Amino acid sequence: MNTVAVVDYGMGNVRSVVKALEHVAPAGTRVLLTDSPEAILEAERVVFPGQGAARDCMAALTARGLDEVLRRTAADRPFLGVCMGMQVLVDYSEENGGTRCLGVLPGQVRFFGEDLREAVDGPRLKIPHMGWNQVHQIIEHPLWRDIAQDSRFYFVHSYHLQAGDPALVAATTEYGIRFTSAIARDNIFAIQCHPEKSAAPGLTLLRNFMRWNGKGSS
Amino acid sequence: MLAKRIIPCLDVDRGRVVKGVNFVEIRDAGDPVEIARRYDAEGADEITFLDITASSDDRETMVHVVEEVASEVFIPLTVGGGIRRVEDIRRLLNAGADKVSINTAAVFNPDFVREAAERVGSQCIVVAIDAKRVSAPGEAPRWEIFTHGGRKPTGLDAVDWARRMVACGAGEILLTSMDRDGTKQGFDIELTRAVSDAVRVPVIASGGVGTLQHLVDGVTLGRADAVLAASIFHFGQHTVGEAKRFMAERGVEVRL
Repeated sequence: MNTVAVVDYGMGNVRSVVKALEHVAPAGTRVLLTDSPEAILEAERVVFPGQGAARDCMAALTARGLDEVLRRTAADRPFLGVCMGMQVLVDYSEENGGTRCLGVLPGQVRFFGEDLREAVDGPRLKIPHMGWNQVHQIIEHPLWRDIAQDSRFYFVHSYHLQAGDPALVAATTEYGIRFTSAIARDNIFAIQCHPEKSAAPGLTLLRNFMRWNGKGSS
Repeated sequence: MLAKRIIPCLDVDRGRVVKGVNFVEIRDAGDPVEIARRYDAEGADEITFLDITASSDDRETMVHVVEEVASEVFIPLTVGGGIRRVEDIRRLLNAGADKVSINTAAVFNPDFVREAAERVGSQCIVVAIDAKRVSAPGEAPRWEIFTHGGRKPTGLDAVDWARRMVACGAGEILLTSMDRDGTKQGFDIELTRAVSDAVRVPVIASGGVGTLQHLVDGVTLGRADAVLAASIFHFGQHTVGEAKRFMAERGVEVRL
């Protein structure tokens, strides 16, 4: 049986991710919520969701021996990072006074800043960046299939990713600045927003992931 | 650009939606799943459930409601009402809620907000503030926090309280004007703006929506990040889609 492992490391609301994947999974696919390294290594594809703070996330992963499992699975099978699960894929986050992350892809995670504004003298923008914002697709990718350019997805975050290699950027979003809202390389795709809470476009992205062979198209 | 959110709010008592929802095409006007699905289809950006169940025994029911809705409706869900312990929050989040709204518990024990935010993250913690104007006409406006459905004054200034709650870790403020709630006269714009300008987190305006223009005023004049309404949507006066088109025509960024 085809299995997608949803990595459960004890943080936040991962049930929604499971429910949304079950909703779009092809018949005969098992959606497995698990923190077992063996089960994750056996799965055909991996979803790495996340919420909470970078340091807690890394500590929870390391305590369960999942950091190495994520590095291994991110190297060889369809792999989807969501929200914090995108941010900790890169080298370093400045959250919690600085947190070393998984280093699967080059990049850093930065705070939006206390004085973020839409325009130089415009009103101050709220942090967290919370709500429905547009995702501007930069590259062609199988996961963007049937999703209109600039579709709105649901975001909740106070930190944003800066890719260490411009070729990684799969989408950008504007919130005071233009930030990287999705990255992709080979079998890895990761997105800052919550596709599981993003109505039709979000479900389409998850459906595409469940049918993806892990090859980019750019 | 980030869209302003429209959030229909449903009162739930022992697992059933109350205060009447009057949609055509809905078989069972009390079924939370059916109503949530309908709002989702109309383009609601988020749905808030307010658990008005008095008895704690029945609170378990709300967990099941959230589970059922979250299995079919893939937009953010917020649950408020009767939340007193971190354990209550965890159960609702595990059932599929994205945020919980803490009200009276915060007034009596602000440390609860701090503890909750540390344990589950600020992004899951909404603090609900029920405020009433206490300044005399002609004075500088001032609002106070009230509890128990607006009956008990606390002596706490609403704007200061909002700042304090954000310092404790609130990720969002749900601001209700007790003076306007149920009047259909529109939001208390001065209150909304005062709180929105005072805190760095998003503010949801609530209380008093009677027309679509009120929704526009809440985000333009009141600078709210989201607007919450119940009756204008429940009784079929307007759909969420109509509200969004109305707002878009007046230059408000919305998700269509």
